Amino acid sequence: MSVTIDEVYETASMILHQNLNIRTTTLGINLKDCIDSNFTKFRKKVYDKVYLNAKRLVEQAKKLEVKYGVPIVNKRISVTPISLIMESHCTKQKYLQMAITLDRAARDAKIDFIGGFGGLVQKGLTKSDQLLIESLPSVLSKTERVCAFLNAGTTVIGINLDAVNLLGNMLKQTAKESKNGIGCTKFVVLVNAPEDNPFMAGAFHGVGEPDLTLNVGISGPGVVRSIVEKNKECDLTQLSEIIKRTVFKITRAGELIGRELAKNMNIPFGIVDISLASTTAKGDSVANIVEEFGIEHIGAHGSTLAIALLMDAVKKGGAMASGNVGGLSGTFIPVSEDAGMVEAVKKGALSLDKLESLTSVCSVGLDMVAIPGDTPEETINAIIADELAIGIINNKTTGVRIIPVPDKKVGDFVNLGGLLGSAPIMKVNKYSAKDFMKRGGRLPAPVISLRN
Amino acid sequence: MKKELLFITVIGEDKKGIIAKISNLLYKSNINIEDVGQKVREGYFVMTMLVDMKDSTYSLEKLRSELEKIGDEMGLKIQIQHENIFKMMHRV
Repeated sequence: MSVTIDEVYETASMILHQNLNIRTTTLGINLKDCIDSNFTKFRKKVYDKVYLNAKRLVEQAKKLEVKYGVPIVNKRISVTPISLIMESHCTKQKYLQMAITLDRAARDAKIDFIGGFGGLVQKGLTKSDQLLIESLPSVLSKTERVCAFLNAGTTVIGINLDAVNLLGNMLKQTAKESKNGIGCTKFVVLVNAPEDNPFMAGAFHGVGEPDLTLNVGISGPGVVRSIVEKNKECDLTQLSEIIKRTVFKITRAGELIGRELAKNMNIPFGIVDISLASTTAKGDSVANIVEEFGIEHIGAHGSTLAIALLMDAVKKGGAMASGNVGGLSGTFIPVSEDAGMVEAVKKGALSLDKLESLTSVCSVGLDMVAIPGDTPEETINAIIADELAIGIINNKTTGVRIIPVPDKKVGDFVNLGGLLGSAPIMKVNKYSAKDFMKRGGRLPAPVISLRN
Repeated sequence: MKKELLFITVIGEDKKGIIAKISNLLYKSNINIEDVGQKVREGYFVMTMLVDMKDSTYSLEKLRSELEKIGDEMGLKIQIQHENIFKMMHRV
């Protein structure tokens, strides 16, 4: 036999017992060619291009699930940042209409999320960007599948604090208009946002991308946790080695399926995002990996070192496995979507402050964090600005997906439903940065950006 | 014609008739068995069968659902996967 029984069993067992799957296949679609001065025609072209391609994606992905026996959990779409294509149609009403068109196309093609309803505002806001932000509370509460993003900074430009200062208010408004604040789960603000990220809510089809491209996100916290569990006695170097080898294997599965899917759809293959992405399923948790290392609960002292080790090993294994590693490629530590993280917050092991420090060594920032609904908007802006500063100075992507849940207090829970899980309301520092945030303007690019 | 090789994996408790039932299905659908192996791993009975589907009268979807039926009847997990995934994951 070309492959041994042990190897076949290892793969089968990863799928059956450890939740190995292709977390997402995300088709990037350029919508610039749909722009039309007639808004009805414009939306029709957008609908047709998204719907027809999304339908192909779903059909072809299903065929590969059967061929390889690996579940492809999500089929998703990312599009050109909407603010760019709406420049000549920018009214709040038209933004909502465009969002409804995208939502319908996704729903009709059986796509669960469509990303790209956002803009690149790192240096300043165009009129279109401004109106897009203003439209977000109604877009995020009135549509089901549309995900929004803003890129509010890059290491070579700095942070657009004026844009950040609009977000606290926008998020509070969005939370009020949607049940349990769920609209906020579909918005992420980033710095150094990758143009080929397949993961929601921050996926968009960058302006440097081809007409269509296929990006793949693998998963595997359960697989990594299981291999760590079997290796209790090894030191950090050995631990890194075994994680590297395991991530190599799961990335290869993503590479194979991504490449074949792109080939079958006759479009270019983009990237494999090697991020470990938790789900609410038992054992499919990044927090549980850290706990398996020997830390009682994630958030305890030692957790930053643990995440740093994990993150680095994941990258080394993934980089060897695929020539096209891209997107975020790190380790997600979302709160509500990871049962181990939720448990750590409940027990008081993980605070918002420690979570922020963990994000300095891992992608992708403060993710799926619920805070009290009465948190002042300037404080929300400051939480976002702190997280973005970590990304800018460390020359990496960071983002914030935060939910100020109306009428909830610290210690309460909010059920966000399905994959999004249930989030404990986390404590926010009660002291204010209002006067600092009011200064506005742009954080200058850090000195590390001067490379030429 | 080039071979179309897939692995059937059976995981569960060892029982009489596993190979008989699967072989019968493969015979009916004109699928050739290239190799068979079995082992006990982590307390599970594991059997793998390498099969060639190039002359199969069943589609892969149909074969998969028939195998799942056998799995459900016998309380076993039965998977079928193209050999490329194992080659990709386990060979540099």
